[in-house]
Amino acid sequence: MRIAKIDAVLGVTLAAMALAVGACGSSSSNSSSNANLPTKIGKTEGELNLIAWEGYVQPEWTKPFEEKTGCKVHAKYAGSSDEMVALMRQSGESYDMVSASGDASLRLIRGGNVQPMNVALVPEWKNFIPALQSPPHNTVNGVHYGISLQWGPNMMLYNTHTFHTAPTSWETIYSPKYKGQITIPNNPIQIADVALYLSKKDPSLGITNPYELTEPQLNAAVKLLKEQHPLIKKYWDLASDEIELFKNGDVVVGAAWPYQYSTLKAAGAPVGETIPSEGATGWADTWMLSAHAKHPNCAYEWVNWVSSPKVQAEQAISYGETPANTKACPEMEKIQKGSCEEYHANAPAAYFNSIKFWRTPVSDCGNGQNNCMDYSVWQQKWTEATG
Amino acid sequence: MFRRPWLRLVLLLSAPGAWFVLIYLAALLLLFLSSLWSVEPFSGKLIHSWTLENFKRLVDTPVYRTIALRTIGIAAAVTVADALIAVPFALFAVRIAPLRLRKWLFVCVLIPLWSSYLVRVYIWRLILSHDGVLNWTLEKIGIGAANIGYSNWAVWIVFSYIWLPFMILPVWAAVERVPDSFLEASADLGAKGSRTFRSILLPMIFPGVVAGSIFTFALTLGDFITPALVGGSESTFIGNVVYESVGVANDIPFAAAFAVVPLVVMAVYLVIARRLGAFDAL
Repeated sequence: MRIAKIDAVLGVTLAAMALAVGACGSSSSNSSSNANLPTKIGKTEGELNLIAWEGYVQPEWTKPFEEKTGCKVHAKYAGSSDEMVALMRQSGESYDMVSASGDASLRLIRGGNVQPMNVALVPEWKNFIPALQSPPHNTVNGVHYGISLQWGPNMMLYNTHTFHTAPTSWETIYSPKYKGQITIPNNPIQIADVALYLSKKDPSLGITNPYELTEPQLNAAVKLLKEQHPLIKKYWDLASDEIELFKNGDVVVGAAWPYQYSTLKAAGAPVGETIPSEGATGWADTWMLSAHAKHPNCAYEWVNWVSSPKVQAEQAISYGETPANTKACPEMEKIQKGSCEEYHANAPAAYFNSIKFWRTPVSDCGNGQNNCMDYSVWQQKWTEATG
Repeated sequence: MFRRPWLRLVLLLSAPGAWFVLIYLAALLLLFLSSLWSVEPFSGKLIHSWTLENFKRLVDTPVYRTIALRTIGIAAAVTVADALIAVPFALFAVRIAPLRLRKWLFVCVLIPLWSSYLVRVYIWRLILSHDGVLNWTLEKIGIGAANIGYSNWAVWIVFSYIWLPFMILPVWAAVERVPDSFLEASADLGAKGSRTFRSILLPMIFPGVVAGSIFTFALTLGDFITPALVGGSESTFIGNVVYESVGVANDIPFAAAFAVVPLVVMAVYLVIARRLGAFDAL
């Protein structure tokens, strides 16, 4: 077979390029997290780039911040912790801060994508709930890699026309009765919710911590997910997707954040929310400083601003989450009477401890054994169960 | 430079040639090379050691086969639907419509391309949703709600709508190239309309259909936005897995491995299309 001249040229070019690339060294970036901590907040830089959850950078508190400090805020919204981690890994230099939940923060710390912060520069930190001042998901060996922000539960959202009383168990979202009318987040960490439900439904599996799953336990959760697959209308990627699904009547029950509930309620949609008897997973968010932040002073100013009691209250009520700052309660009552109680801002530590907060699953089972499935397995199994 | 014509040629081709080699070929090569690497799970850093693990995972796990077949299947369905719409439309516009109407029809085909892709997909999402116009109309005329929002039906409809101009244009050009004399000769020889259509028109415009099908098939094969926006729980495409592997799991090697699949499918498709005469008019 005669090879045309152009094909020969093409072939030689490709071969040469293959050799060149193969000889390349490691292309991964290595950022040092040993930067000296600043001792005071310097002059603001005029700009601030944030990766945030939808609802975290509302004009209500962002505009006054911009006027006060001159830092123009640009927000990139992400729909999941995985997305935030990927954004920070791939383009961390373009962002100053990220509002990472507990299942993203340790990956960012381990990957060198974030740098330590000086809590002395954030006076309100002293007023935080003790459990959120130095939680294990953002403080490693006494070094603070961010400032806690707010926390909340992953609750069940339902249409009040279909459910006249709130469902009492998570089994509702696994029930064929509502086939084609259920939605859950398109997020591998959702496996923990399935595990939490199974820990009560099938104690023989021996699940004690929904983030520490051995292979048989993970397989049981994935099996239930696969059974649930035909019942799901859509796996929502962004909070606004779920809001539209409920508004248009496409779904009647699903797993949601308080943000979707408060937005739908404000729009007059017939929805209710509840935490069923098996309990709930939750998330505690931290504003973390990027290892390559170009506007660190604006970043510290932002953290101070959103940690202040007034802004903590505004954000808590707007989103439907619970502030880390204990002084936020009176401010919340000023904006909306009864909100402090509604969002458990004055709840005892027992309520906080009952929520199973998001954590990145690792192979260390915490009881001396090392056979738990790490997050990469969770991600693979999730794609297989929902594809 | 004028004494050596080959030098002129080299200078002329160097810029597009460089673009082709450096950007297009290099990107394809890096894609293939990445698929042979792996990633460290907790920190996300690439491990530059050769492995076939990603391809093995693709082959061993049944769900990826389902996703690949679904992607190819819907791409084929979109191609067939668009061909069935484009051929009568082009025949009417070129052979039957008066000149003024033909010009307007041409503009109408192109106008949707002026608006944003996302806007068009979101509009369909609203039309097909539970409370949308389609269900409302069907209930008013007594058929009952179709409820095809967030399903593969919705994905098929939306893709067929979005890529239709890309199918109509090559078919239109092919119909214009059919000389009137052929059709007159066919009539003179005693063929009725349907026989002329089957034996003369269709073979002559078929290469145009194949050329248009390259667009509809390839564009559907690689898309992930429409399945994400209007698809349901059974609508994951190859593109969605690639997007989630890169943007969510940060497993670029696996994404690259899965991305090689549509490349191979398209290479086979192009070889077949060439055999069927799609590039004859070039």
